[in-house]
Amino acid sequence: MYTVGIDVGSAAIKIVVYDGETYRYAIEPTGWSPKSNGEKVYKKFLIENNISSSKVKRIIATGYGGRRLDFVDEYKSEITCHGKGCHYLCSDIRGVIDIGGQDSKAILLNEKGKVLDFNLNDKCAAGTGRFLQVTTNALDLDMDQIDCLAKDSSPLSIDNMCAVFAETEVLNLLVQGAKKDEILAGLLKSIALRVGSLAGKANLQGKIAFCGGVAQSQVLRRMVKEYCNLNIITLKNPQITGALGAAVLGFK
Amino acid sequence: MRAKTMEYFDSLIAESAIKIKEEKEKGKKVMGYYCVFSPVELIEASGAFSVGLCATKQEPIAEAEKHLPRNLCPLIKSSYGFAITDKCPYFFFADAVMAETTCDGKKKMYELMADIKPMVVLDIPNSSVYRKRKEHWMEEIHRAKDFIKDELGLEVTESSLKEKIKEHNEERKLLMELVELNKFNPTPISGADLLKVLWGRQFKADREEYIAKVKILMEELKEISLKSDKVKGPRVLVTGSPTGVGQEKVINVIENLGGQVVLQEACSGVKGLVDLVDEDKNPYEALAEKYMDIPCSCTSPNTRRFELTNNLVKEYEIDAVVDITLQACHTYNIESYQLKKEVDAPFIQIETDYSESDVEQIKLRVSSLFELINE
Ligand code: SF4
Ligand code: SF4
Repeated sequence: MYTVGIDVGSAAIKIVVYDGETYRYAIEPTGWSPKSNGEKVYKKFLIENNISSSKVKRIIATGYGGRRLDFVDEYKSEITCHGKGCHYLCSDIRGVIDIGGQDSKAILLNEKGKVLDFNLNDKCAAGTGRFLQVTTNALDLDMDQIDCLAKDSSPLSIDNMCAVFAETEVLNLLVQGAKKDEILAGLLKSIALRVGSLAGKANLQGKIAFCGGVAQSQVLRRMVKEYCNLNIITLKNPQITGALGAAVLGFK
Repeated sequence: MRAKTMEYFDSLIAESAIKIKEEKEKGKKVMGYYCVFSPVELIEASGAFSVGLCATKQEPIAEAEKHLPRNLCPLIKSSYGFAITDKCPYFFFADAVMAETTCDGKKKMYELMADIKPMVVLDIPNSSVYRKRKEHWMEEIHRAKDFIKDELGLEVTESSLKEKIKEHNEERKLLMELVELNKFNPTPISGADLLKVLWGRQFKADREEYIAKVKILMEELKEISLKSDKVKGPRVLVTGSPTGVGQEKVINVIENLGGQVVLQEACSGVKGLVDLVDEDKNPYEALAEKYMDIPCSCTSPNTRRFELTNNLVKEYEIDAVVDITLQACHTYNIESYQLKKEVDAPFIQIETDYSESDVEQIKLRVSSLFELINE
């Protein structure tokens, strides 16, 4: 017997199958059509893992595109799912910070992994994956170059929180001759500070899991620890915690 | 099940505009007003029509942004946009406008609006602990009375004022009785419909007809309550910046996700209805007392809002509070932090404007809130 969690985000579809003890996962790009790709990813995943669909007891969807899938049994919000997924991977955490493509989230959990409170960024893209994407684009950098470039640089201050304005600010700094790595470090710092204030408003304390694609950056993790004085731990698969949480929730 | 009488309220705003036009052609004066601080009793005691102008639509905002900053509260941009485009019949028919120095955005916008219509802008003391605030407001009401006389040529007498105070008290009591029907679970009237009825109050051309319809509606709702069975989604109280007809976005998301919007604490809800005007006192003094006690975030500190919200949470057996902050509304935005600490229920703040661009984000917040309650 299996449950499946499927997290359809703006950039990637994450899928997890869980049998009550172990889990397997896959990550695929979302592409143009979250709805039809969601279904494709699901079918492909079952075939590749040699699971017949009759063995799947429940499918729970989450994420922005998750609401649109019609082959699933239930939809659960990312907040609940990330909370569950992170708690499953590390039961003594009390909070989650997730930097997603569109939303950054701070989630306060109790010892059972139940959500007590949460806080999200406001309408603008500040502090989200999107912010980093737009601004690194302006620097002509790829996301996987981030860490090695920003590792030992001292951050310049980037004051604009709006992604569009920050892009202009980055371009201006370049024109003035600022170094790329210092601008990049500055961008990461501004995200760290932003995330810190989200976490502060949701009262996050104790061990905090950091997830979402952006959480793969070691420099960012270090900065969140340092500037925001938060006890950040990193999970093995920070990208799949939403889908994992959904699958775990489905099992109960 | 939806009450049949709601059809009357569905078309109330559009039809009242036609009636007001007719009355105006017969020589009746019309005075517009914006917010719950406006002593409407005074306007009506002069014999003029009072019409609500609070603007809650996206439509005229682009036009307004030609004069106003983009990062301003949509309510202010919308009201100004309606003023300069002649797209709102109520503003168009208004011979004069009554307004107040609520937030900074509004009061500076009124300076621009004053070029379009004759205006009286009443000065709200922004400290709720200022000793002379009631006296001050009484003087402002007298100033408004003089303005009505000079601008519209209409007199307010003590007896006409007393009469209007009585009528409005009756209306407030009745509307609170209507709201109280939502103490039932499931609620007999949806939050969007309740808003429509309360909102319609500011536009109606005929008070007697309106009141009669509210009474019929209440009878219908009682029957609906008797028939309906118990289970339904979480009971939500909405508070924060004014949420009006045309901008029910958040309320709709809550209700589409299975929640019940039981009532609004906001000024488009019960904020202005919970207190009556003392009918035994000097009418000006009594008006000043009632209006200076409105728990709006433009006064500081605004502890009464915390008390009111908490009382409503208990009385109406509320499961969660949703605090709506219009973008760039600093007063409600900052106050949200305190409110969250004071309120004894799960709480989220939603910052938004009138555009539809963030509906998905709002859904995420609301569904997370519901999962948090249900788990
Ligand atoms: S929020 Fe305050 S200022 Fe705005 S309409 Fe309501 S009572 Fe008036
Ligand atoms: S919502 Fe806030 S900013 Fe907008 S008019 Fe009301 S008090 Fe002013």
